[in-house]
Amino acid sequence: MSDFNHRVCPATGLRIHKSAENLIKANAFVSIVFLAVGGLFGLLVALTRWPGVHLLPADWFYLALTAHGLDVLLVWIIFFEIAVMYFASAVLLNSRLATPRWAWAGFVLMIIGAATTNVAVLQGNSSVMFTSYVPMQAAPHFYLGLILFAVGALIGCFVFFGTLVVAKDEKTYKGSIPLVTFGAMVAAIIAVFTIASGAIVLIPTFLWSLGLIGNIDSLMYRTVWWAMGHSSQQINVAAHVSIWYMVAAVVLGARPLSEKVSRGAFLLYILFLQLASAHHLLADPGLSSEWKIFNTSYAMYLAVLGSMIHGMTVPGSIEAAQRARGFTSGLFGWLRNAPWGNPAFSAMFISLVTFGFLGGISGVVMGVEQINLIIHNTIYVPGHFHATVVLGTTLAFMAATYLLIPLIFQRELIMKKVAMWQPYLFGIGVTGISVFMMGAGTLGVPRRHWDISGADSMFKFDFPGAAYLMMGLNGMFAILATLGGIMFVVVVVGSLLFGKRTGDKPLEGLTMTTVAEFGDAEHPKIPGTIVLVGVFFVSFILYYFVNWKYLAEVWPLR
Amino acid sequence: MAISPPPQRIWWNLPVARSEIIWVIVAFTWGLVMFSAMVYWHMEGEQNLSNEAYRITPEAFAEKTNAMVEQYQVREESGIPVVHPPPGSDVYLIARLWQWWPIIEFEKGQSYRLHLSSMDWLHGFSLQPVNINLEIHPGYDMVITVTPSESGEFGVICNEFCGIGHHNMIGKIYVTE
Ligand code: HEM
Ligand SMILES: [Cu+2]
Ligand SMILES: [Cu+2]
Repeated sequence: MSDFNHRVCPATGLRIHKSAENLIKANAFVSIVFLAVGGLFGLLVALTRWPGVHLLPADWFYLALTAHGLDVLLVWIIFFEIAVMYFASAVLLNSRLATPRWAWAGFVLMIIGAATTNVAVLQGNSSVMFTSYVPMQAAPHFYLGLILFAVGALIGCFVFFGTLVVAKDEKTYKGSIPLVTFGAMVAAIIAVFTIASGAIVLIPTFLWSLGLIGNIDSLMYRTVWWAMGHSSQQINVAAHVSIWYMVAAVVLGARPLSEKVSRGAFLLYILFLQLASAHHLLADPGLSSEWKIFNTSYAMYLAVLGSMIHGMTVPGSIEAAQRARGFTSGLFGWLRNAPWGNPAFSAMFISLVTFGFLGGISGVVMGVEQINLIIHNTIYVPGHFHATVVLGTTLAFMAATYLLIPLIFQRELIMKKVAMWQPYLFGIGVTGISVFMMGAGTLGVPRRHWDISGADSMFKFDFPGAAYLMMGLNGMFAILATLGGIMFVVVVVGSLLFGKRTGDKPLEGLTMTTVAEFGDAEHPKIPGTIVLVGVFFVSFILYYFVNWKYLAEVWPLR
Repeated sequence: MAISPPPQRIWWNLPVARSEIIWVIVAFTWGLVMFSAMVYWHMEGEQNLSNEAYRITPEAFAEKTNAMVEQYQVREESGIPVVHPPPGSDVYLIARLWQWWPIIEFEKGQSYRLHLSSMDWLHGFSLQPVNINLEIHPGYDMVITVTPSESGEFGVICNEFCGIGHHNMIGKIYVTE
């Protein structure tokens, strides 16, 4: 085996190659820097939308909102995903990383791209939101930066695929790839589709901003843009679900109830993903209802089915592992005795529950063709996706970071108490943001809007007091969320700089040995999970029909 | 474990636990129910988009709107004409930086073919407090047949970001008894 520089992980016995390790560190570190920057923009935005505070002037508000969307949704998440892909391939497969030089080239391109777009935004002439809908135009280097960033990310995907091939050729593992690697592979495949759509939409837009192309149709732009924008959310889901499985395995020794079911659920993401861009276009002219219904439901909700399956198999595997370790009392003894003081576990479990209950249910409901009429472009939409992309993805990535620090950076966490409380504070803060934005949205409050009081407008519309109240509460919970975010950044950066080196000591708090060796043929005893899933299902049904009722109350439309 | 290769090499033949199979079936069925609900609402529900739309230039749309305003204007508010078109007629509403033009007066319980289009960038038609929200594109004439079911004064907020005056883009619709 072509081997240069590696160490053996004291916890897992896996061979960790220096080149992979350095790339994981670099990508994870840069991602967290952008999370910090983007998160602070988020706070400024939320404080401006708090009617009693109304912090920023209008032009700065729209600038900050553009920067917020770009830096957190694109830059933070994608850098971290590259780190996850390298971890899931090189580290978990015991292999070297294919072409580290290309991986570094991709990394540098992504940094240049992210910096270029940020500069364009900060210069002030590109406050077009991260969606940059035409015919509104940004400066050319706004689009150029995005294109460079995407090319860099594409290189990262190919390094990942290359590593899968290298590992197979060099027989660094036996049998099939692990479930987590499989999930990362699903994410990477979707990423290639996503970036292709991105190229189709962004390259012409770049040329248009240079004056080389006359006109871009706004409906076509939105259709292709969302083929990218939605698929990229499916990358996030595939990545954070993989991390749920990973944390359950590393912290509790859980193993999937059934490899077949879990992998099948991942496959559904690939098969039905591109259809979903339709749910962004439900209120647009020029598309037929047949097309909208088929596509918004991803061919009868088959990708949703994938997530609902993971929603049972992830907690189910945790329950089975906990019961196998002796926590068998009652329905929820396994859950009460879970390691709630370990931030990797608590972040992962909060991510799982809030993603399902808040993000998942609201997403399906607002994606109903007709119900979308009462939700489209209201602040309900950001409410929904802070539950998916912040509670779901970001919190899961935080959980993963708490594992990477000892495993990859080989440092102990500093300020363990702060780390312990961080997922709770962040989780509560973002839950508040999500719920109150959704609440204000049902009262019609628009998204991306500097002043709902209409103070400078010729005509006014008075939103109900409850809408103002909820936007204020949104601001207060944004402060909590920001504190949770700051705690995360301080603990992580502090640990990297000042944490005790772990050396070759076995790591505390990580189980790393499979506890639940039940065969798939047996019936795993997971009554607690069944109850949780039942509660979820009932909430889903109720919320779904309540929204049909809301819809039935608005003016008849044909 | 999920981070290591499956212990049994031939994992795809292993039987699946009953609880998992049941949940897959339940979830799949629920998907079918939700899918059918959308189809059902098209047949029985009252709130559906016709998806009737035409390509049109901003100039042509403005011309139709002007013609309607000339014919049916009843008064003016802050320099914006108020029109009261007859029930059943074609009514035009222009979205442009940063106003909704003109102000429309409907009669409660009557149906109108409301045409919406933008003169420039994307805008969002958000009728409040009814909470009907539509994406308004330049170059597309979007037609919806609406039947106002309550009277009063309604706000038309723009809820698609359209530049620095976006938050000032508030229009009006009246519904008379
Ligand atoms: C401190 C944490 C955060 C706070 C306080 C926060 C708050 C907000 C608020 C108030 C909005 C504006 C809604 C509007 O006016 O339309 C917003 C938009 C948004 N947020 Fe966050 N957010 C936070 C973290 C995040 C994270 C971690 C992500 C992604 C992973 C994220 C993704 C987005 C996106 C994509 C938008 C939409 C931007 C747009 O409409 O163009 N946010 N956020
Ligand atoms: Cu507008
Ligand atoms: Cu607007």
